[in-house]
Amino acid sequence: MQDLKLCAQDKRGIHELEAGKDLIGWDEVTQGSVLPSFEGDASNVAHLKQEERCYSDFNSYTATVASWRVKKPVFNIDVCIDCQNCWVWCPDTSIISRDKQMLGIDYDHCKGCEVCVEVCPTNPKSLLMFAEQEDLETALSQWPEKKKKEK
Amino acid sequence: MAITSVKNLKEFSTANDRFEGAHTLCPGCAHSMIVRELMNCTDDNLVVTTNTGCLEVSTAVYPFTSWDTSWMHIGFENAASAAGGAEAMYKARKKKGTLKDNDAPVKFVAFGGDGSTFDIGFQWLSGAFERGHDFTYICLDNENYANTGGQRSSATPIGATTSTAQAGTHSYGKKEKKKDIVAIMAAHGAPYVAQLAPNKWKSMAKGFQKALETEGPCFINTVSPCCTEWRFDPKDTISITDLATDTLMFPIYEIIDGHELNILYRPKNVLPVEEYLAAQGRYKHLFKPENKHVIEEIQKNINEYWEMLQRREEARV
Ligand SMILES: Cc1ncc(C[n+]2csc(CCOP(=O)(O)OP(=O)(O)O)c2C)c(N)n1
Ligand code: SF4
Ligand code: SF4
Ligand code: SF4
Ligand SMILES: [Mg+2]
Repeated sequence: MQDLKLCAQDKRGIHELEAGKDLIGWDEVTQGSVLPSFEGDASNVAHLKQEERCYSDFNSYTATVASWRVKKPVFNIDVCIDCQNCWVWCPDTSIISRDKQMLGIDYDHCKGCEVCVEVCPTNPKSLLMFAEQEDLETALSQWPEKKKKEK
Repeated sequence: MAITSVKNLKEFSTANDRFEGAHTLCPGCAHSMIVRELMNCTDDNLVVTTNTGCLEVSTAVYPFTSWDTSWMHIGFENAASAAGGAEAMYKARKKKGTLKDNDAPVKFVAFGGDGSTFDIGFQWLSGAFERGHDFTYICLDNENYANTGGQRSSATPIGATTSTAQAGTHSYGKKEKKKDIVAIMAAHGAPYVAQLAPNKWKSMAKGFQKALETEGPCFINTVSPCCTEWRFDPKDTISITDLATDTLMFPIYEIIDGHELNILYRPKNVLPVEEYLAAQGRYKHLFKPENKHVIEEIQKNINEYWEMLQRREEARV
């Protein structure tokens, strides 16, 4: 048993193994891991908005996938009718809706899939894709006019 | 159960998301649309288990979790057993009064891909339904083993090309029919079984709420378009789902207590299946003249199935 080295990480019994004596029992090995999503009590989370929650560092809310984007959706509040189509279908929880109003995009979590633009029903659309580096003012200044219905 | 109002989207949008961003599912992936909606349609505590697959690997990338509820992954095939075990323990401890909060409502939900549901985890699923645990099992049906590179599953339809049933000079892709998982789960005598789709957000939310409220094991097959393996532009996830439901490739219906069938969506204009097939790269080869018979066969199967559903709905048996 002396030279048996299992490929185990910290906290998984490697110290006991390296001590070269007894193998640790099956019931001592920490299998897998437990990640708390919040600091402290999490029982009321469903009633808290994201900005009211105590996320732990393990929660992917604290991470970002912004670098996945090549293009980004830009939101034009002047055209929006708050239908919430974009909210219900955004796969990345990146549409910020509060009190039935669409407020904007969470650019830390948006991957630029363009689904929100596709499902936006207004004319012109209230969401359009722009190059990642485009600033908001320039994007808004390029907003198209209302399209006439084809007869 | 405390349910979120799904009367209209504005009301529904006041739900506080419990499925967080910065998971690593592909852009436009329907899995997360479905999971978000499930978690938004109740504010009860949830205990969620998930089989191995795209959803699991992408929402628990160490050291991150995208789940704001209790969540557990064990293996490819055993989300149903894990949910069943947790539910049995919850019941026992509730009886003994040893839970931290004995009155807090808790719902048990298991997610699995079609590979783990139709094939590899099927006996675990069937066993949990036979034992009658009070939980909801949701299959995210993208009709292939997406996480491992798009192999065929028994949910892959006729004619689709996959990495293990490839279309080429000698083959038009998969030759076998899709397994009818909804009928199989209804045959377990489950109190609520349904097939739902994310484009019809309201019927999906209502179906989810029904399943969560119903005591006993409930099964829902959800259509989950996979832009990567179905080969379409991520922005089109919802329009592809529209084509899936409007061609009746994916009829939307529920079966109560194993026999009472209700059709939940009747398209005003039923579209020819070509429109659905043409929108995806995995069916491209079917439009070669020598494969015309495959499209005809798919359309025939759709028509027959729709006819069967309508008759069963009428007959109430
Ligand atoms: C018992 C077992 N067999 C095979 C695998 C490898 N594997 C991991 S994910 C996966 C594909 C999952 O397909 P599906 O259940 O349809 O989910 P999807 O990724 O398509 O959402 C496979 C085959 C495994 N982890 N365990
Ligand atoms: S582009 Fe995609 S990820 Fe970004 S906000 Fe729109 S729907 Fe969400
Ligand atoms: S889909 Fe368009 S109109 Fe509707 S809430 Fe979103 S941005 Fe506003
Ligand atoms: S491969 Fe398909 S199912 Fe998997 S994350 Fe990508 S789009 Fe979603
Ligand atoms: Mg799959």
